[in-house]
Amino acid sequence: MQLTYEPIIGLEVHAELLTKSKMFCGCEVVDSITAKPNRYICPVCTGQPGALPVLNQKAVELAVRVGLALECQIHVESIFARKNYFYPDLPKGYQISQYDQPLATDGKLLIETESGIKKIRIRRVHLEEDTGKLSHANAHSFIDYNRSGVPLLEIVTEPDLRAPDEAKAYAAKLHAILRYLDVNSGDMEKGVIRFEANVSVREAGTEKLNNRTEIKNLNSFRSLAQGIEYEIARQSEIYSRGGIVEQETLGFNEATGKTYSQRGKEEAHDYRYFPEPDLPPLVLDSDWIESIRMTLLELPDAKTKRFISDFNLNPSDARFLTSELSLANYFERVAAKSKSSAKIVHSWIAGEFMRYVNESGIDIADITLSPESFAQLIDMVTYKTIGGNAGKTVLVELLQNGGDPAQIVKEKGLTQVSDESFIQEAVTKVLNDNPSEVEKYLAGKETLLQWFVGQVARATKGKADPNVTRELLVKGLVERKK
Amino acid sequence: MKLHELTIRETHELLSSRKISSEELTRDYLERIQRLDPQVKSYVTVSEDVALEQAQKADECLKSGEGLTPLTGIPYSAKDSISTRGVNTTCSSKILENYKPFYDATAIKKLNSANSVLLGKNNMDEFGMGSSTENSGFFTTRNPWNFDHVPGGSSGGSAATVAAGLAPFALGEDTGGSVRMPASFCGVTGLKTTYGRVSRYGLIPLVSSFDTIGPMARSAYDVALVLEAIAGHDPKDSTSRVESVQSYSESLKKTENLRGLRIGIPKEYFVEGLDKEVEASVRTAIKQIEGLGADVVEVSLPHTQYAIPVYYLILFAEASSNLAKYDGVRFGLSERTGDLMDVYLKTREAGFGAEAKRRIMLGTFALSAGYYDAYYLKAQKVRALIRQDFQKAFETCDALITPVAPTTAFRIGEKISNPLDMYLSDVFVVAVNLAGIPALSVPCGISNGLPIGMQIIGPHLSEETLLRIGYLYQSQTDWHTKHPPCW
Repeated sequence: MQLTYEPIIGLEVHAELLTKSKMFCGCEVVDSITAKPNRYICPVCTGQPGALPVLNQKAVELAVRVGLALECQIHVESIFARKNYFYPDLPKGYQISQYDQPLATDGKLLIETESGIKKIRIRRVHLEEDTGKLSHANAHSFIDYNRSGVPLLEIVTEPDLRAPDEAKAYAAKLHAILRYLDVNSGDMEKGVIRFEANVSVREAGTEKLNNRTEIKNLNSFRSLAQGIEYEIARQSEIYSRGGIVEQETLGFNEATGKTYSQRGKEEAHDYRYFPEPDLPPLVLDSDWIESIRMTLLELPDAKTKRFISDFNLNPSDARFLTSELSLANYFERVAAKSKSSAKIVHSWIAGEFMRYVNESGIDIADITLSPESFAQLIDMVTYKTIGGNAGKTVLVELLQNGGDPAQIVKEKGLTQVSDESFIQEAVTKVLNDNPSEVEKYLAGKETLLQWFVGQVARATKGKADPNVTRELLVKGLVERKK
Repeated sequence: MKLHELTIRETHELLSSRKISSEELTRDYLERIQRLDPQVKSYVTVSEDVALEQAQKADECLKSGEGLTPLTGIPYSAKDSISTRGVNTTCSSKILENYKPFYDATAIKKLNSANSVLLGKNNMDEFGMGSSTENSGFFTTRNPWNFDHVPGGSSGGSAATVAAGLAPFALGEDTGGSVRMPASFCGVTGLKTTYGRVSRYGLIPLVSSFDTIGPMARSAYDVALVLEAIAGHDPKDSTSRVESVQSYSESLKKTENLRGLRIGIPKEYFVEGLDKEVEASVRTAIKQIEGLGADVVEVSLPHTQYAIPVYYLILFAEASSNLAKYDGVRFGLSERTGDLMDVYLKTREAGFGAEAKRRIMLGTFALSAGYYDAYYLKAQKVRALIRQDFQKAFETCDALITPVAPTTAFRIGEKISNPLDMYLSDVFVVAVNLAGIPALSVPCGISNGLPIGMQIIGPHLSEETLLRIGYLYQSQTDWHTKHPPCW
């Protein structure tokens, strides 16, 4: 008999917070990939004897922002604790983290699954410090403490996820929210968000809780889903053979897509947590928490809803526009200035604009084209001052070099002409120059009409109004039939 | 006139009237150290170059008269757990034998800006773990009054330095009596400050929640001068107190008697095991203080008997974590053999002494999963009771007086083989650290050629009251002016 197994998945997400300075010292937070190693360090973040931590207020504010966005209970008193273990990237021999009294607990995040909206409970959100970075080459190990002490937020779910895709959806949603709240850069390839998954499986329909494994170093959405998928299959196979899954900590190999054993239950760390005596309890003013709540932005879900109702967009278009805060903001500003419908604005943004953004790799926040100019250009096309193709050309010009759309249209002579005599001249010439195509058309190949329109557009450098062109072409072709 | 016999106050007079220069004074002390310290062994490092450089700077300041403080040009030494930039800071541990910090502790920074002169660093029990300096990784300091006896610990080197006239004052550090106990054994005045009154930034921690830097000098007045220079809020130490620092020495000048002050005598501190002569001296001192106008009443601190186990449990736990960073990776001793685990094991095996290892193991055990509640958490609960004892006593009293130690300085070797016996010598001093309150150790007698000290304990931030009692007592007595034979 073939049994089916149900996976039980919980996620721990570590996200670096976008503060200027580190969690417990004044050192600058820098790009850990491009910055010269060990340049942004001090006695505190390298664990020199006698150095003491001082809490970064901004990190607390960002953490509260996330806690509120995830609808957590924010605790006015929380405690920092020492998590003790030895590793060369951990300069003090302990990590300052939060343990039994975290900053925020009991939140939730809604994700979309195949079977509808699902609520994922958030167990806790807490603050801690990042470790240094180890690298290995030529039989040597190197430590870079630039990252040591960078503020980290740990966000832990209840074991509410039931499939790799759900884990992925949760991770992507959380990623978008962190970007929205401007607390994390979202640059996954730089390791600013890292995942750990707790996975166990049980026979479908039972309530039994089996041993779980913890998969570490999952650094992309893809690895996350792959690692969980592999682990579900591995565990299911063990149970179907009548075996027992060992509780252990696993690594994930991106190249093979497989998990591998790092530490068994016997070697599990006993972190010997105790309250950090160098830091008094973190006591927050409830008015301060409320003031942060007031500054909270509209989150992706709420924004999508509003875009659908206010702009009459379809859900998938709205979701696309709200996937990034900078994109949503840009769209709203263009739509506000434009006389064209939101749908038209959406198609411009989703089309030519995003093509440019993706190809150039530019950040939407860094786009210099003003929403006013963009709106003006869109309206010129909508109201036929210029043709669609001409509009695209102008847009690229504007995005690359800036300028005034009307001026560019004028300089390039792109103004669309609906003057019949001007277009007629071009139509007659095109028909005269292409007798074999005319013959084919007249023989019944009517799809050639679009080809003729293109030829006229080419001859008039895009100035000819395509509708007038089409009319005159049909008239001319009909005449030739006679 | 011998320069080393002068108090800070007297030395300052000579410096500011330019009868002597700081350089002359410094050279005098350096010469004494060179001559006497091979016997006393109070210094781990003598920072001659730094001292002379600082003395010259102080002389410029004395010449111009700008930025003059009572400590300008005054030499001092510091316990070797207090970070001094570019000067070895070893905690008397082999694991930090050649460690030179690249920053100054805040207390040192403050003394630098007062243009004081660092003579060197004093021996101690390794990382502050001990009551005799016998746990130093390098050598045992001798009691200047009798070289066969210990100077007390863990700030034994600092106490011996001041007692032997090898510095006019020293910065000590008190985790569980480490300033008061050696002050008492060596016949100097030492202050355990309110937790957080002096910044811990740059103080290499033993127990982060108990450690306090405090002055050791030859009189309560000198202690007051040093305290006002080093105390104050430090944004780099989140546990430091924000209250502004009083002008202690000014208020001492104005004080005339102790009228209106109520002194409590905790009965739990006068029990079996307390040396008869120690008890007699302390009781005599109490009478003299009563004679200065204070009311004396008996009080009770009922949880006193739990202070030792609670103190040591919390100490083991925190110390095991604080000593984790000595792993041979970034600084200090590093045994680079084999793999990473070998480096850890061999470095720590070679670097730490027996007492440090014992405490690391006990602390690691006490914090382990399944034991935390029974040991660490329970200790914290009892700590709260001990704190309450003091709070209650201070509802009716301004200060308490007790002996500092049950006996005078014991013999070198007498207790080193029995750790528990050694721990019990701290019986009268550790409760104060559990409560985070200040206490002053003042010489009040001599027995068989060895000094006796009394402890004056007050509520949080009551340093002014404690110094006042000590100051007036010293104006009536001469125990603090007595010198050891090697003087």
